[in-house]
Amino acid sequence: MKQLDEEEVGGAVGRSPPRRDGPGKVTGRAKYLDDLTFPDQLWGRTVRSTVAHAKVKSVTFDPAFDWSGITRVTATDIPGENVVALIVDDQPCLADGVVRHCEEAIALIAGKDREQLEQALLHVKIEYEPLPPVFDLLHSDVAFKKYKIERAVETLPEIFAKAYRIVEGTYKVRHQEQMYIEPNAICAVPRPDGGVTIHGSMQCPFYIHRALQRLMKLPTEKIAVIQTVTGGGFGGKEDYPSMLAGHAALLARKAGKPVKMIYKRDEDVAATTKRHPAVIKHRTAVAQDGTLLGCEIDVVMDGGAYCTLSPVVASRGVLHAGGAYRWPACRIDCRVVMTNTPPNGAFRGFGVPQTMFGIEAHMERIAHELGLDPLELRRKNALELGDQTPTGQELLWSVAAQEVLDAAVAKSDWHRKRHLFESEVTGRKRRGIGLSLALHGAGFTGAGEVRLKARAGVELTPRGCRVLAISTDIGQGTETVFAQMAADSLGVNFDDVEVAIPDTSKMPDSGPTVASRTVMVVGGTIASAARALQAALASFAAERYGAEAGQVTCREGIFYATVPDSPAERPLAPFGAIASAYLDERGPLRCIEQYAHPPGIEFDEVAYRGDAYPCFAWAATVVELEVDLDTFEIKLDRVVHACDVGKAIHPVLAEGQIEGGTVQALGYALLEEHFYKEGRVINTRLQNYLIPTSMDAPVIESVLVEDPYPHGPYGAKGLGELPMDGPAPAVVAAVLHAIGALVPELPVTPERVMAALEAAR
Amino acid sequence: MSGELEVTSARSLGEAYALLAQERPGLRVLAGGTDLMVQIAARLGLDQIGHVLDIWRVPELRGLELREGTLRIGALTTYGELIKSPLVHQALPALALVSREVGAWAIQNRGTLGGNVCNASPAGDTLPLLIAAGARLVLGGPRGERTVAADVFFLGYRKTALAKDELLLRIDLPALGAGERLTYRKVGTRRAQSISKTLIAIRATSRDGTLRGVRIAAGCVAPIPLRCKQAEAALEGKPIDAAVLAQARLGLEADIAPIDDIRSTAIYRRCVSGNVLERLVRGLAGME
Amino acid sequence: MKLTMTVNGEARTAEVAPLKRLLDVLREDLLLTGSKEGCGEGECGACSVVIDGQLVNACLVPACQVQGSAIVTVEGLAAQGPLGERLSDLQRSFIEHGGAQCGICTPGMVVAAQCHLDAGGASTDAVLREALAGNLCRCTGYQKIIESVQLAAQGAR
Repeated sequence: MKQLDEEEVGGAVGRSPPRRDGPGKVTGRAKYLDDLTFPDQLWGRTVRSTVAHAKVKSVTFDPAFDWSGITRVTATDIPGENVVALIVDDQPCLADGVVRHCEEAIALIAGKDREQLEQALLHVKIEYEPLPPVFDLLHSDVAFKKYKIERAVETLPEIFAKAYRIVEGTYKVRHQEQMYIEPNAICAVPRPDGGVTIHGSMQCPFYIHRALQRLMKLPTEKIAVIQTVTGGGFGGKEDYPSMLAGHAALLARKAGKPVKMIYKRDEDVAATTKRHPAVIKHRTAVAQDGTLLGCEIDVVMDGGAYCTLSPVVASRGVLHAGGAYRWPACRIDCRVVMTNTPPNGAFRGFGVPQTMFGIEAHMERIAHELGLDPLELRRKNALELGDQTPTGQELLWSVAAQEVLDAAVAKSDWHRKRHLFESEVTGRKRRGIGLSLALHGAGFTGAGEVRLKARAGVELTPRGCRVLAISTDIGQGTETVFAQMAADSLGVNFDDVEVAIPDTSKMPDSGPTVASRTVMVVGGTIASAARALQAALASFAAERYGAEAGQVTCREGIFYATVPDSPAERPLAPFGAIASAYLDERGPLRCIEQYAHPPGIEFDEVAYRGDAYPCFAWAATVVELEVDLDTFEIKLDRVVHACDVGKAIHPVLAEGQIEGGTVQALGYALLEEHFYKEGRVINTRLQNYLIPTSMDAPVIESVLVEDPYPHGPYGAKGLGELPMDGPAPAVVAAVLHAIGALVPELPVTPERVMAALEAAR
Repeated sequence: MSGELEVTSARSLGEAYALLAQERPGLRVLAGGTDLMVQIAARLGLDQIGHVLDIWRVPELRGLELREGTLRIGALTTYGELIKSPLVHQALPALALVSREVGAWAIQNRGTLGGNVCNASPAGDTLPLLIAAGARLVLGGPRGERTVAADVFFLGYRKTALAKDELLLRIDLPALGAGERLTYRKVGTRRAQSISKTLIAIRATSRDGTLRGVRIAAGCVAPIPLRCKQAEAALEGKPIDAAVLAQARLGLEADIAPIDDIRSTAIYRRCVSGNVLERLVRGLAGME
Repeated sequence: MKLTMTVNGEARTAEVAPLKRLLDVLREDLLLTGSKEGCGEGECGACSVVIDGQLVNACLVPACQVQGSAIVTVEGLAAQGPLGERLSDLQRSFIEHGGAQCGICTPGMVVAAQCHLDAGGASTDAVLREALAGNLCRCTGYQKIIESVQLAAQGAR
């Protein structure tokens, strides 16, 4: 591991100060949207499609019903373009003429009295003329996007012809619901200038800002989007809030009053985005010793009825489809298709949990069919420094595949348990231990960051600085880690840094809070801006105290000047004194910087060649479990998750990300499944869509591996999504170890274990 | 939403009977609220609810005593009270154990045994135990009291023998005799707060590898919580061996009628119910 | 109905419909918004409060059943002194040890854990996991919640 400059490692980074938003959250004082009141505010409700695909012949507000006091909105009330602007302009904010999925919004109503609104909803009549729906992703012939990654494909026929063994497998994953505990919630407040201010639970304030400019036909300055305390997101509040904010804004504009819309749990589950289902086919040429020679991978993802973020999800999915391995030759195809189901979107991992499940379950199949040790198979083929990924990206730094495997194997007592469990074959329980290896590209794919030109920074306060970024804290601890990095980079104490509440009217656009980019990209930009702020103040201090500008630095709140020709330095003044003097004499000081992409990192988005990500984070998961041969139930005993994060800025928060991601992934592995009837989700409640409880979650031992990324702040790279990738295939591996049957699909329910055992007989 | 519903909070059995005597249309009884409040909040069947009779503070429906070999449990006894009761642990420990598997702690503090019975869900976790244990349900109303055996109380999907003007007052359970055991296994959808996929309960006396006085009941495998008489007959008085176990499984297969739903499949329920039955019988017969 | 009850040690009254959920009474009539609604059906536990010493889901309890009761909500856990708010050991432990992330489950979680400890409950991993099984958290994976409770319990003893 590369040693970092001593100078860069300051006081707060690498320690775990109490999180900034902690006191408000443990006392109930933190105000989520539902806890805020707005003067004269109305409640909004949505009239939704009950069919999957149809022409809308008419929308009738029953004349027999008393509509006084109720604001009604349909597509004709939209002042701008009827679109939820994101990537492709295919999704209307309110269906106009055609509905393409169940729960699609058709009309909106708002009123003071919630009971009256419920009655009113029953009096909006929609007349449909049915159109044929498509529900099965394999039967859809409409693709939102197709990708192909090719590496030495001309050699594939010969590789397959000469291979010791060709291993084939098909893997299937289903919808997963983000299931943040706070449902989507937005309030739109109309302004005297004709504009609108949005308050709400969200990940990406500027997504909403941009979508509203088009929908409401408003100039930038007439829209402000302000984040309220957000009760979880996981990707589920990346793009959907643009839709909800549009609805609230339309109602607020028409009513001339603030309109609050908070989804009930069942509405949130039925109508909002989920993880894309996928079917992944692998065909692999393997040498006798387990060396991977070449592969063909075909990925089909279900995008739902509208494009939303599907092209980007599929892109990340296909870029990770080959897993953490060296492929001399490969062909990877991917298409994301349209079906008449509610659109799928962002969910922690963003396409990778699907394709990583495919490759890692397939690695288990390869090991099983060739009689190889699954750990050795991975070690032999894992990417190393200097290797190339399927897109031809040469890995120049921070490749920790072997390190995370070492850490997970050691911590889990892998070898002993593997043998122990194999020797236990009596009774009605079988234990198993399995592992997976994953990588996760940190930050936006390809040229995303270059196009985005994220900006963030700091402004001087009398005690320290205030961080200015639009990146949202949705529980992961953004506020706290930003303050840590800004404090160390500026040279002040953690407590002297404030972090401003994200508000599009006051903050530079540091981009969306997605893609594990917050620490690495935005944090790095903030750290750089804080260093610039320190330099500006240092030269001010130098002038005042008669020192050379280059000789003044600030550490832990005190400015020092080096003494010429001596290792000693002399204290000049406390930070506060210099800052106050600066503010008095010269006025406000802001340093806003633009993210600088590492030099030489380039990606060809047409050929799908080159450096897809500036770096990758690595993880190895070991799952220990027990299968009951009477009920086929799986009891998780222990999970070890070794994650290479480059640098843990805040170890407690970093472990929290790993543990939380692990349990979400274990839910994906074992419990979480949606059922659809004619395109409509039928399990929309927490009682029938099951997420893990504290009794389902095993003891998790997270291991932080730190292989620094030279261009990340303090060596940090992305962390948030990484732990979502490995646990599901590790569960399949452990089940295979326990009972000798491979379950090639998720979730691994007792019903599927029973079927797999039946098939293996 | 709930503002429109008329509510009577009875403070005594007499007050409750007085309201029942009025035969109000759409009368619903509210005990711990763990089912009815969910239904009201979700507006499910709201138009069928005319009047709500709140019995939470009717003292006559509380209390738990062991008298002359019978455990008498007031209908409003919560799962939490069953879990903590030394009497239950002494007379029928399985009832305390199954109560711990209902919902989680906050639900156990409000949900009542009587509510579980009257709600009559085929997935009601205590119901197979009550049937297997030979529970007798004491019903009462303005017309008087009567007793119905638990195994004939459930008439169809969420339909019971309870008349419109009756309340469930008490559940009487014969305590276990010498050498007698009540055992069960719940197979649920997850490890806590789960709804059952199948639940099998058996009461029997075991001696020298033979079971006598066998009573078996199953949940989630038919429209009602079900007594499984063919499985019982296959086991009664026979030395337990592989052939008898196979007969018992066949009997159970004939007793039950599981379906596919969002929680599980018919084929899984059939197979696992048989496996669980076999495991429980082997345990009772000392074969494990 | 005229509802009279004690909330966090103070006598409170409200004019409410008898079936109004205690959760709504607390949030709307008493402006105590610390208790959250995550599901409205007793599954998530974000609305956990204590009634007469018993942990309940406030979304499932109608007003008519709490007449005269003593209620403790998350707002009642920290001590209010002359120097301002003083967090409980458990609250401090949640902040220090990563027990809270997005925070929406935290009020219910802290109330449930405090109720468990106050009842003399043990703080082994298995016991705590059962005691908190009615409080869903989607952020932490529960590990740091369990640790926060354990460390607070150890500190208090």
